[in-house]
Amino acid sequence: MNNTRGFRWGWLFLGGGFLFLYAPMLSLIIYSFNENRLVTVWSGFSTKWYTALFQDEQMLSAAWVSLRIAFYTACTSVVLGTMAAMVTTRLRVFRGKALFGAMITAPLVMPEVITGLSLLLLFVSLSTWTGLDFARGMMTIWIAHVTLCMAFVTVVISSRLAELDRSLEEAAMDLGANRIKVFFVITLPIIAPALISGWLLAFTLSLDDLVLASFVSGPSSTTLPMQVFSSARMGVSPKINALATILIVGVSTLGVIGWYFMARAERNRQREIQLAATQD
Amino acid sequence: MSAVTRGWQRFFPGARWGLISVPYLWLLFFFAMPFLIALKISFAKAAIAMPPYSDILYWVDGFPVLKLRGENYLYLLGDSLYISAYLSSLKIAVISTLCCLLVGYPMAYSIARMEPAARNIALLLVILPSWTSFLIRIYAWVGILKPNGLINNFLMNIGLIDAPIKMLHTPIAVYIGIVYAYLPFMVLPLYTNLVKHDHRLLEAASDLGAKPWQAFLKVTLPLSKAGIIAGCMLVAIPVVGEFVIPEMLGGPETLMIGRVLWQEFFNNRDWPVASAVAMVMLVLLIVPIIIFHRAQSKELEGRLS
Repeated sequence: MNNTRGFRWGWLFLGGGFLFLYAPMLSLIIYSFNENRLVTVWSGFSTKWYTALFQDEQMLSAAWVSLRIAFYTACTSVVLGTMAAMVTTRLRVFRGKALFGAMITAPLVMPEVITGLSLLLLFVSLSTWTGLDFARGMMTIWIAHVTLCMAFVTVVISSRLAELDRSLEEAAMDLGANRIKVFFVITLPIIAPALISGWLLAFTLSLDDLVLASFVSGPSSTTLPMQVFSSARMGVSPKINALATILIVGVSTLGVIGWYFMARAERNRQREIQLAATQD
Repeated sequence: MSAVTRGWQRFFPGARWGLISVPYLWLLFFFAMPFLIALKISFAKAAIAMPPYSDILYWVDGFPVLKLRGENYLYLLGDSLYISAYLSSLKIAVISTLCCLLVGYPMAYSIARMEPAARNIALLLVILPSWTSFLIRIYAWVGILKPNGLINNFLMNIGLIDAPIKMLHTPIAVYIGIVYAYLPFMVLPLYTNLVKHDHRLLEAASDLGAKPWQAFLKVTLPLSKAGIIAGCMLVAIPVVGEFVIPEMLGGPETLMIGRVLWQEFFNNRDWPVASAVAMVMLVLLIVPIIIFHRAQSKELEGRLS
């Protein structure tokens, strides 16, 4: 890079941007150790809000509900997202492919109040039409989350599939492997890092969602964001700061681990490509 | 078409249709169909029942009667609350998207100019906040902006002000919250675009006597058009229907249509009017969504060919 001189204010913008992104989260973490009830008045170090958080039965059960939904959502979204990504990148045009593409990208930007309301109306209508009880609860939240998350997973996996070197798949087929075998033996291992990051993305999206869950949940299934939202509406509470710290540290750790594995896989792949090129 | 693509077609057609139908049916059933049902219910009338709306299709003497009531839409048109909520949501979306662009473009530009190793870390630092809870990041601003919050406390401690400034529950707080929450979604597509630029173009421009800012305006900016469109759509469209940010940071006068829909549904329990609000919002957003979809598929095709 020899043109960096042209943009010498770059560091300033970048520094300012990162300060803007991280200072608020840092303030949450610092004040979660504040002994004072008034969150922003510092009066000494204490971990009592963490103790209080872990004694809050409602918060704990909401967290358990959210974690289970996020796990199921992430697994389902990765399977559906991989299939959708194979359809968009590997299949020739078929009737309805344009609609398929639209239904994959629209959830990325569709305001959640619209999706949430419409899905709720679907579940209610299904109950009246079929007479079956589509009880609103974990199941309906899972459906709503999978619909949102599979779009994100599809984007992550398709961009990986799109830049994949097809000659590997072609070579395997020339050697007589059928499509399904090629997918499981060649394609899947190569896109595995994208599957992992797609899984993590779906997990965090599901864990984070307030709006969809509020629309489609029933009385017995309060998720963590719903619980946090109702207590945050009452005002700032040190317990939420403690929860925020746990979430920030937990998700960042997961994120950094995921990123590290992605980067390592990428490096290895580049090295193998170079090695293969020099052997030619 | 490559051999792989052809191979898919040769391999017995059942596998092909199995692969297509599972995600297709899921999306058709849980993404497309709900909109049709919401459209149907927007023509119904609120009723005290479960579900709380009248049927639009009913039987009179053995004949089906379809009754579409336009009254919900007339109601939206007649009440200035809804129109001003739509307008103010659009205004907030446009202004905050421009702010995101102004903050995000220089960030994306300087990341794209870094050494590859530093670039990955900077990129991770941009994405990381968007993985942690959206709700909690907005909540953080409550503690910063409130009357006895961090900013007011700091300003009073250094003696710049005597009484706290009202920042929370103002439009400014909503703009800060939106830019804060959506910034990563602006930076990422811009970066993806800017990192692919060929530096020799800028060198050529400078050899031909262009000043750096001229080269930027004539070369870099036009080349990054696709990234700008993708980033702006990724921010503006969801912001129009935003609920959490105006609810937590805005005041009672911060009118946004997502919030109105929420109140209509949860507080007034008027499902038909809420559906009509959603349908009008969908109509307003359909063109931006199509633009986004075009940009997105072009991006993917560009890498496929």
